[in-house]
Amino acid sequence: MSQFNFVSDLQNALIMDGETRGPAPRWKKKLEASLNGSANTTRSVLSVSYNTSFSGVQPPTKTPGKSSSDAKKKSATTPSKTPGGGDRFIPNRAATNFDLAHFLVKKEAGENSDEENGQPKNGDNNVNNVQASAHKSERQKLIADAAQVGDSKGSRILCYQNKAPAAPESHTNPLKVVYSIKTPISTKSGTRYIPTTSERILDAPDFVNDYYLNLMDWSADNIVSVALGSCVYLWNAGSGNIEQLTEYEEGDYACSLSWIQDGQILAIGNSTGAVELWDCSKVKRLRVMDGHSARVGSLAWNSFLVSSGSRDGTIIHHDVRSREHKVSSLAGHTQEVCGLKWSTDFKYLASGGNDNLVNVWSLASNGVGTATEPLHKFTEHQAAVRALAWCPWQPNVLASGGGTADRCIKFWNVCNGSLIKSVDSKSQVCALLFSRNYKELISAHGFANNQLTIWKYPSMVKQSDLTGHTSRVLQMAMSPDGSTVISAGADETLRLWNCFAPDPLAAKKVASVNSKAKQSVFRQSIR
Amino acid sequence: MSTAQATKNCITLKGSAQIIVEYLNYGINSILFQRGIYPAENFDNTQQYGLTILMSKDPKIKEFLQNVLKQTEEWLAKNMINKISCVITNAHTKEVLECWDFKMQAEMGDGETNDPTKLTSSKDLTRIQNEIRDVMRQISATVSYLPLLDCICTFDVMIHTLQSTEIPTEWNETGAVFIPNAQAVQLRSFSTGLHKLDTVVNYKMSS
Repeated sequence: MSQFNFVSDLQNALIMDGETRGPAPRWKKKLEASLNGSANTTRSVLSVSYNTSFSGVQPPTKTPGKSSSDAKKKSATTPSKTPGGGDRFIPNRAATNFDLAHFLVKKEAGENSDEENGQPKNGDNNVNNVQASAHKSERQKLIADAAQVGDSKGSRILCYQNKAPAAPESHTNPLKVVYSIKTPISTKSGTRYIPTTSERILDAPDFVNDYYLNLMDWSADNIVSVALGSCVYLWNAGSGNIEQLTEYEEGDYACSLSWIQDGQILAIGNSTGAVELWDCSKVKRLRVMDGHSARVGSLAWNSFLVSSGSRDGTIIHHDVRSREHKVSSLAGHTQEVCGLKWSTDFKYLASGGNDNLVNVWSLASNGVGTATEPLHKFTEHQAAVRALAWCPWQPNVLASGGGTADRCIKFWNVCNGSLIKSVDSKSQVCALLFSRNYKELISAHGFANNQLTIWKYPSMVKQSDLTGHTSRVLQMAMSPDGSTVISAGADETLRLWNCFAPDPLAAKKVASVNSKAKQSVFRQSIR
Repeated sequence: MSTAQATKNCITLKGSAQIIVEYLNYGINSILFQRGIYPAENFDNTQQYGLTILMSKDPKIKEFLQNVLKQTEEWLAKNMINKISCVITNAHTKEVLECWDFKMQAEMGDGETNDPTKLTSSKDLTRIQNEIRDVMRQISATVSYLPLLDCICTFDVMIHTLQSTEIPTEWNETGAVFIPNAQAVQLRSFSTGLHKLDTVVNYKMSS
C-alpha cells in the first residue's frame, strides 16, 4: 500500500529536476486530486512512510501524534522555531530502514546512468554502470524482502466495479460506547433503597491491574484475602485487623486467591504455576501442588478438590487430601484460563478463557473432578471471559461476561446448552455476582464509568449504578452474610458496598430461602 | 509409492486457495462487524473455526464479497496475488481511515513434485484452522486499540496482482491507497503450507 507511494514518491522527487516524463497515469492524478493536490502533502507522505510502512511491525507508540507530526516538520525546508510544547523530535533510528533508503536513492542514480548509456559517455560513468548492474539483482532482492511485494511497477491493483454499499445514514457506530465518556445516567430507582456510595474504602497499594488474575476473596470466616504486589494480606472484616500472610521473592507474585467453602484454608495460585495451600489461622503453608507450566490465574474449590486454571490453557483438579494430588487435567482452552467457578450445587464447573470460550464441565462419573471433555463449549463471546457466576436459586443457570470487545452479559442454561439471554452492558465486564438476599445480580465494569451495576434477574432491568472507583473494577467478593460486596479496583482501592442488606420486612422470607438452599447443599454432599 | 500417503492428507494449490478465501470471507465479515461499520442487527451468528463469527446479512455485501472472492480464489490458485487489502473509507469524504492488508507469500509445500502447479502440502487442516482461529481472535481484539470510526463508512477490497494479470470484465485498475500518519500492527500469520498469509492493520492515528 503505502510502500508503493513511497517508492513512486521517491522516484518523482528524484526525477523532478531531471528530464520531464509523460503525463502521470490517470489513477495517479485522481489520487493526487483527492489529496488536496499540494506538493506539501506528498512530501509529508514521504516522511511518514519512512516511519511506518518500512519499519515492519510497530506497536502503537504512546504519544503517536507527536512523533509523526514532528517528522513532518523535519521534512519541511525551513525548520521553524521549536514547537510551543518544547517537545523535542527524537528520531527513532531503530524504526528507520536506512539500508533500504540508501539503496533506493542509489538505485535511482544507477538507473539514471543506465538511461544515459546510449549517449556518448565518459569513463567514470561507465564504471558506475558496471557497479550498478552488478548489484542490481542483489538489490532487487533486498527491496523485495523489505517491502514484501515487488516494485510498484511489478504489480497491478485491481478492484471490483460494483462496490459494496455504505452503511445507512442513520447508522452510528455501536463502538461509540467503548470510546466516549458519558456522565452516568441517572439511575432508575428500583423497588428498594440501595446506597450508591461505598460504605468504606480501603487502600490497596500495588494491586495488580491485570484482567487475567483473581486477587481477592472473602472467606466464610469473614476474612478478606487480597494480593498486593508480591505480598498476600488478610483483612479481618469483623475486627479490622490486618495480617501479612506471605511475601513472594523478587519477580514472583500471587495470581489467584480462593478460600475453601468453610474454614481457614486459602489456596494461592502463583506465578510459577504452583498452587499453595495455607492454613491462615496458623499462618502456615501446608503444601505446594505443582502441575502447571505457567502462572495460575484462577482457582475454584469443591470441598476437598481445588481446581486451578492456568495461563498454559489447562485446568487441573487437585485432591488436597492425597499425596498424588493431580486428579485430572482438562485441555479445553488454548489460551489463559481467567475465570473458574463451580456451580452452587457442585455438579458443574464453568471456565472462561482468553480464547473467548466458556466451557462447562460436568462432574465425572466417579464424582471426583470432572469429565475431561467439556459438556458445553460456548463460543458466543467476542472477547476474553473472566466474569462467571452461577445462579444460587437456579443451579443450572450460568452468567458470563465478556471483555472490552464483547461487553455482553450472557445467561446460559447448562442443562441443554442454550443461551437464555444476552444483555449489552456497554462496558467491559470484569466480575459478576448473584445476590443471595435478592433476585438480583451485580456486575463490575471498566471504562467509561468504572461502576458496579445492580440488575434485576431475570428481567435484567438496571436497578442501580454504584460509582466511586476511578479505574476499572477488577474483582468482587461477597460477605458471608450476603449483605456486603467488596470490590477491588485498578485505582488501588478496595470499596465495600452495603448494597444487598436484607430488608427487615422480608427477613423472614429470606431466612426460609437460605435454609432451603443449605438443605440442598447438604443433600448434595451425601451423594 | 506415495499414493497412499498423498490421498490421506494433501492440500493442493487449489485447496489452499479455498482455505484462504474462506478465511478472507470470515475475516472481512468479522472486521465489518467488529469495527461497527454496518449496523449490528444486519449480522448473523455462524460457527466456524470453533468461534462464533458474525456474518453480514446484507444481500449487496454478500454479493460483493462473493464476486470478489470468487475471482480471488482463481488468482490465488495460480499464485498471482501479492496482497489483498480491505480498505475502509469515510463514505462522504472518501478519506481512507483503515486498511487491512492480507499479504500472501507462496510457499513450496512438502510434496515430492517440482512442478509449480502441482505442489502439495500435507499440513493438517485442523492445525491450519487453529492458526486461522488465533488470527480471527486477534481481529476481534483489535477493537480495544483501533480508533473509533465515527462516521458513515464503506469498504472496498483491492487485489494486488502480478503485472501480467489480465483485467477481467467488471474489474478496474486502481491506485494504491495510503493513510497519512499511519500506524501498522501486524497480527499473527498462518500458513497452509502453500500460502503464508500475514494480516496487518494500518490505521490512521487520531490527531
